[in-house]
Amino acid sequence: MSKMTLTTEGDRYVIVTRHFNASPEAVYQAHTEPELIQKWLLGPEGWTMPVCINEARPGGRFRYEWSNGKGGDFYITGEILELEANRRIVHVERMHLPDATPDNHVETKFVADGAGTLMMMRMTLPDGETRKQMLSTGMEHGMEASYARLDSMS
Amino acid sequence: MEGLNAAFSALSDPTRRAILVRLAMGEETVMELAKPFEMTQPAVSRHLKVLEEAGLIARRVDGTRRPCRLAEPGIAAIDQWLGMLRQALAKNYDRLDKVLEGMNSEKEKR
Repeated sequence: MSKMTLTTEGDRYVIVTRHFNASPEAVYQAHTEPELIQKWLLGPEGWTMPVCINEARPGGRFRYEWSNGKGGDFYITGEILELEANRRIVHVERMHLPDATPDNHVETKFVADGAGTLMMMRMTLPDGETRKQMLSTGMEHGMEASYARLDSMS
Repeated sequence: MEGLNAAFSALSDPTRRAILVRLAMGEETVMELAKPFEMTQPAVSRHLKVLEEAGLIARRVDGTRRPCRLAEPGIAAIDQWLGMLRQALAKNYDRLDKVLEGMNSEKEKR
């Protein structure tokens, strides 16, 4: 299994790459079909996505709602700007915490890599205030749960 | 610490990045820092002020000198956020591996 890389590009973007042992068609499908997205786009352990709407077409809108069952719910809304089947998704999204964070512009590319796929994602780096909100809302709870599990294992 | 935004704007300037590289080797005074750059001390001081406000460097008083050093918390705050993102994404993609595996075996059954 190949490891993920995460780097910053200047002071505005985060670049993520990851290899998958599946065709670009399959990886693209898992990024665009709601019933597949719901199975993996969950962040830290303990979160589910009860609502997943994704209109996979240019100009289409999407809405993902997450819940940790402890009142830590939040959601993301966004619009798909460009869509090239099996190759590229360009979208814009914002988190509602409940106030909307500044738009995060994301480009995701899928390129055949041997028998699998290399995914490359370029996202906007959030500002300090957004980062604080993100740390204090969604992900922190999940992180605590992960650390608690780690503690109980040691 | 003004947050990630201030830290990254501070890092966007090549002179300020060079100053940070220099400080990574140890504490320096403004005079020492100004030497390698074709810049006046007040100009270097202005860069140091931006870096200080972004929480990337710290200064202490030593008589009439105010030597600068790297401030760990500022750098650490950026790392903390990126670390959280890295962990959330790594979990997502490990799950996606399993989803893709499932899709593959579905296809073979047909």
